[in-house]
Amino acid sequence: MREFTIEAGKTERHYWADLWRYRELFFFLSWRDILVRYKQTVIGILWAVLKPLLTMIVFTVVFGKLAKMSSEGMPYPVFVFVALLPWQFFSSALAEASNSLITNANMISKIYFPRLVIPASAVIVCFVDFLISAVILAALLAWYRDWPTWRVVFLPAFTLLAFLASFGISLWLAALNVKYRDFRYIVPFIVQFGLYISPVGFSSSTVREKAGDFVCHLYALNPMVGVVNGFRWAFGSNVPFDTFGLLMSVAVMLLLVFSGIKYFRATEKAFADII
Amino acid sequence: MSDYAIKVEGLGKKYLLRHQAAGRRYVALRDVLTEKAKTLFGNRKSEIGNRKSTEEFWALKDISFEVKSGEAVGIIGRNGAGKSTLLKLLSRITEPTTGRIRLRGRVASLLEVGTGFHPELTGRENIFLNGAILGMKRIEIMKKFDEIVDFADVEKFLDTPVKRYSSGMYMRLAFAVAAHLEPEILVVDEVLAVGDMEFQKKCLGKMEDASKGGRTVLFVSHNMDAILRMCARAVLIKQGCVAASGPSREIVGRYTHEHTSQPNRVVLGQQVPAPYARRGILLHNVDWTASSAPWTLGFGEAISFSVSFECLKPARSVELGIALYAPSGTEIASTSSIATRPSVHLAPGQYKFNVVYESLKLVPNTYMFGIGIKSEAGCEDHFPKAFTVDVVPSTSSSLFQTDTFEGYIVPNVAYELIK
Repeated sequence: MREFTIEAGKTERHYWADLWRYRELFFFLSWRDILVRYKQTVIGILWAVLKPLLTMIVFTVVFGKLAKMSSEGMPYPVFVFVALLPWQFFSSALAEASNSLITNANMISKIYFPRLVIPASAVIVCFVDFLISAVILAALLAWYRDWPTWRVVFLPAFTLLAFLASFGISLWLAALNVKYRDFRYIVPFIVQFGLYISPVGFSSSTVREKAGDFVCHLYALNPMVGVVNGFRWAFGSNVPFDTFGLLMSVAVMLLLVFSGIKYFRATEKAFADII
Repeated sequence: MSDYAIKVEGLGKKYLLRHQAAGRRYVALRDVLTEKAKTLFGNRKSEIGNRKSTEEFWALKDISFEVKSGEAVGIIGRNGAGKSTLLKLLSRITEPTTGRIRLRGRVASLLEVGTGFHPELTGRENIFLNGAILGMKRIEIMKKFDEIVDFADVEKFLDTPVKRYSSGMYMRLAFAVAAHLEPEILVVDEVLAVGDMEFQKKCLGKMEDASKGGRTVLFVSHNMDAILRMCARAVLIKQGCVAASGPSREIVGRYTHEHTSQPNRVVLGQQVPAPYARRGILLHNVDWTASSAPWTLGFGEAISFSVSFECLKPARSVELGIALYAPSGTEIASTSSIATRPSVHLAPGQYKFNVVYESLKLVPNTYMFGIGIKSEAGCEDHFPKAFTVDVVPSTSSSLFQTDTFEGYIVPNVAYELIK
């Protein structure tokens, strides 16, 4: 018979084993959130299609047609969409995950499970939107007959990077949101601000040309810079590989994930008491 | 002894109460930042004030007990004694501050039925989801799926979103999933306090089956009849400590009749009044004046208390209103002083209303009272959740099988048999 001990200050020990034991719950929660997401809104999937498509059109008009920025040899819509793909995943993951604990407050105060499951499943749900967008991108590429080269095989690696970076920040935001309820007002700001400081509508080589190398290196502290550049590199044949940006992104991502998990676990024990 | 299923040793849980945040539920980052800024600029006063305003509170202190394998044990105690905290610790929702709990076997805790149910999902989807939340494996759920559907009697609506279910169907489905859990240790809160009597009986029956089937059951309830019926042993918790444990008949008797040390006064000033209150008249205290233990009374006994208040300015047509709520929150009855004391005009000063509910036979349970006072000008003061009263089975009514009563009130009815 399984014996189990709950002891003051010692719950840590079982954590990773528990996380494994609760993998089915993780699966079911993600499944629930995905079902609900596409059931609840009448235009469900349509929304997942329209959002990136409309943003792409606006960016193409503003940055490509009006500001006439360089698109590194890609058709401007493709250039924008390739960046929007990880960006929209990142931004919606932040928005969804930061609220995820609060929306599941009832479950948290009534049932035990590793709380990490909740923001993780919120990120997974956004990943489904990402996959839908990826299909649109494929259609867009076909339309422009802009076939990607062999580089596209590295796409999963950059996707993983985007995924982990989103997850790391989400953990921070979700935990802070439980503790400080006014934190949710900050999240939309971070997301909005992030869009302008990430090379989504324009290319990061524009930043280098206009502001110099130093600023460009500083710029790479934003983990999405490396991700977006990686995505563009994977799709466009003329895009230079941004080694520094990528290394920077990986470093920042690792920092975010580890500190995020650490902070989350430190605060998680008190979630049920303060939520 | 080594055949225990649950062994609790020196368990304690401490909470920090923040008085400063009275009336505000959450900490806001804004406030933390302003507080930090204040201390940064040398305003030491606020730091001291801050320290003073947090207070330690031991919800549970040094709890120890043992539950043998296959035994059903009831946990009783009045509101706020720490029962819910104990359950939360047992089900690992929150971490203990001191001590340890040893558990032998798979634990399922039911602090609520239907946790995680999503209104947009269909009955079928919710069964899987809820099962997973309660800790069932997918294969297990699939094996028991038909049984669950049968028990809940919702076959026709399996593919309908549960938001279209009637509340009865919803509860049946939720309970059906929980009832088909097969843990070795079952920890149950007062899930039975919700739903209609029919449903409560079904739950009780299922739980009796569980304990008879050799499972270890830990059952927290206000329903003394249920405790007596199901549990051979009971643990009485008082102010966070184990006050007594032993055969349930003995412990329940002690709980019911003991004059607890609970103060017989509820200070309304410590509660948050309704926002629309004009506060021209202030409700101060409610004092328990019945002969029974404060805030507890036996079935069929009279409820009596007094409400003291202060009139700050002259008020015309003063009227005291009292509402009585069932555990589910439904208003059972509301009364007003205007019926017996019309046109009360008061000069500033201290006053008191003596209130007596005669022969109100409430079915044993916990009831909430709301108190409001108004004048010609409008609502002066209002506490919608002023205090609770526990109605327990009384010795005089032990002939009544009160657990078979449905609803909340047992009226005096004359039955005449004519042939």
